[in-house]
Amino acid sequence: MSAPAHVPTASGEQPASPAPAARPGRHRFLPYLLLLPGAAWLFLFFVVPLVQLAAASLYDPAGSLSTGYALTWSFDNYPAALQAYWPQFGRSFWYAGIALVLALLMGYPLAYAIAQKAGRWKHLLLVCVIAPMFTSFLLRTLAWKTILSDNGWLVGLLRDVHLLGPDGRLLATPVAVVLGLTYNFLPFLVLPLYASLERLDRRLLEASSDLYASPLKTFRRVTLPLSMPGLTAGTLLFFIPATGDYLNAELLGTPNEYMIGNVIDSAFLVRLDYPQGAALSFLLMSAILAVVFGYLRNAGTRDVL
Amino acid sequence: MDPQTSAGDLRLAHLTKTFGALTAVEELDLTVPQGSFFALLGASGCGKTTTLRMVAGLEEPTRGRVLLGDRDITRLRPYKRPVNTVFQSYALFPHLDVFENVAFGLRRRGIRSVDGQVRRMLSLVQLDGYERHHPAQLSGGQQQRVALARALVNHPQVLLLDEPLGALDVKLRRRMQLELKRIQTEVGITFVHVTHDQEEAMTMADTVAVMNAGRIEQLGAPAEIYEFPATAFVATFLGQSNLIAGDVSGGNGGDLLVTAYGTRFSVPSARSRADQGPVLLGVRPEKLRLAAAAGQVPAGHQHVEGSITDAFYVGVSTQYLLRTGWGTELSVFVANSGAQERFAVGERVVAHWDPRHAFLLGRQVDEDDRTAPMRHEPVGASW
Ligand SMILES: Nc1ncnc2c1ncn2[C@@H]1O[C@H](COP(=O)(O)OP(=O)(O)OP(=O)(O)O)[C@@H](O)[C@H]1O
Ligand SMILES: [Mg+2]
Repeated sequence: MSAPAHVPTASGEQPASPAPAARPGRHRFLPYLLLLPGAAWLFLFFVVPLVQLAAASLYDPAGSLSTGYALTWSFDNYPAALQAYWPQFGRSFWYAGIALVLALLMGYPLAYAIAQKAGRWKHLLLVCVIAPMFTSFLLRTLAWKTILSDNGWLVGLLRDVHLLGPDGRLLATPVAVVLGLTYNFLPFLVLPLYASLERLDRRLLEASSDLYASPLKTFRRVTLPLSMPGLTAGTLLFFIPATGDYLNAELLGTPNEYMIGNVIDSAFLVRLDYPQGAALSFLLMSAILAVVFGYLRNAGTRDVL
Repeated sequence: MDPQTSAGDLRLAHLTKTFGALTAVEELDLTVPQGSFFALLGASGCGKTTTLRMVAGLEEPTRGRVLLGDRDITRLRPYKRPVNTVFQSYALFPHLDVFENVAFGLRRRGIRSVDGQVRRMLSLVQLDGYERHHPAQLSGGQQQRVALARALVNHPQVLLLDEPLGALDVKLRRRMQLELKRIQTEVGITFVHVTHDQEEAMTMADTVAVMNAGRIEQLGAPAEIYEFPATAFVATFLGQSNLIAGDVSGGNGGDLLVTAYGTRFSVPSARSRADQGPVLLGVRPEKLRLAAAAGQVPAGHQHVEGSITDAFYVGVSTQYLLRTGWGTELSVFVANSGAQERFAVGERVVAHWDPRHAFLLGRQVDEDDRTAPMRHEPVGASW
């Protein structure tokens, strides 16, 4: 043993034995031990249902809840589901995409203002961003139903200024659904963006302006790239739930505005067509994953600039 | 706007900056001639960075003006000023590599082919091969050199340097000082250089300004300031000084007579900042010499007797601490040239000096107490 004999070990036990060698060993399994509850949770409530859902998506479509389902590996469920519901699919991404653009236009300036300009109002404003979350998602969306209703002040105003025709309406239109999506998921975009912009070092902005960059160029070359992590996280946190959402289309739209979430909802709860519902769920999941990976690759290279 | 054609001196007129109740910079009035090397020296928190920030346009002056030539740039946005800064905190862009950091200013001015200029600048600061490294992968000194290159590559009309060499080791520091000085004389850029290092300020600068609590106490050529400081602060901040409190008791031809602790000293009136009332008689430690007895003091020299309380051998010189008969201490540097005998602690000696090396400063009655804490080294100013 090369360790000096008189050096006591940190724990104070067995000063002259190979205790130093035992220490790393004792700690090797500790991280895994700490991971165990989380892993068990994930396994029970994510992996198991996922496998179950995957199995359900391959059930014989001829089965029903009363007659029972047989796992027949019928991969045909996928093309069949896609063929039947591709408009809703496309609509989901389309609506979520427009909502994302609107949310970025509103959310970025908001997050920037709160993080860099608000001073002592910062925390109050942050609470305001989060405050709507204190009431339920359902209630908030129902409130929008009132705001957008045909007799509401907003429609009245828009008709008065001729932005809407005399019979024009907002409720039960794509506009209402997109507005609902934008509103409901805005905090998920703003909060990570805020976290990124809050860390932004003012001195870098000063250095940039010292180096001949106008405010616009400073934003483009310094602020934006440095807020990329928050922007990426916020975009994903907004886009993923917005794409799978069904409540906004259900409450603020009509079946003409239904998104894929509504179809899955009805497949499981109304039509009781489990194989189709499961197949649609997987299709949605893989489509979102494809979009996310494509986006992350791009965001990754843009980071390097 | 081409930075190199619009000629002119940098002029600060009544420049003042207050933060709430605190006056960080007070009524600054100075002219930095075009192409000169100007050093701003002062204790921490005296307003050096604030001054630079006002010149760069990053801080709006409370009062006063900043002029470049006859152009008033007080309200000009920073990105429109032909001024670049090497920031005290470097402020390198973490998302850009070294090359892009240095190229930043050139690119923002729409210059296309930056490659040659950037590489030349990087090799000047000895960072060839580091082009693709990111700031987080660099040591403090390397980051500092990137910050230097990033500002210098733009050939601004005025370059502001906020302690640009603070993180470098002595050897690299000397090299960079030489490089900076060479670049400055070659390119004719006006340098405003903030530093804590008085030696750096004196070796590099044409003009040194010593700042204290938001004001400039003295401004001039390094040798001029060092040999004949204007205030007690300057005398002790720039190098060390023995300051003996006394009172002017009369004149004698071209000399002033000062009485301190019952002893009379004379100082040429040309070396006096005050000719009556309470004064401080100053002598630099290296201007003092030691003799074993009063009989050995050369004719015309002033002298003080005392006993040695401390002796530090520092290689090139020996620094003695001498307790005078009236109880204050004097610091004496004696070059280890072999020409002088060495003295031991406890020995009685006579310290003497040529009156032409002494200087006289005005003294507020309470000044002893006010300036006493300015001593920043154990062997230093004594009263
Ligand atoms: N933004 C600000 N708000 C309030 N006070 C400030 C601000 N900036 C500087 N000060 C104060 O102004 C004074 C001068 O600061 P400055 O940064 O100019 O000092 P400095 O001479 O550069 O010091 P150092 O050598 O430590 O860098 C300090 O007392 C500082 O606390
Ligand atoms: Mg400073």
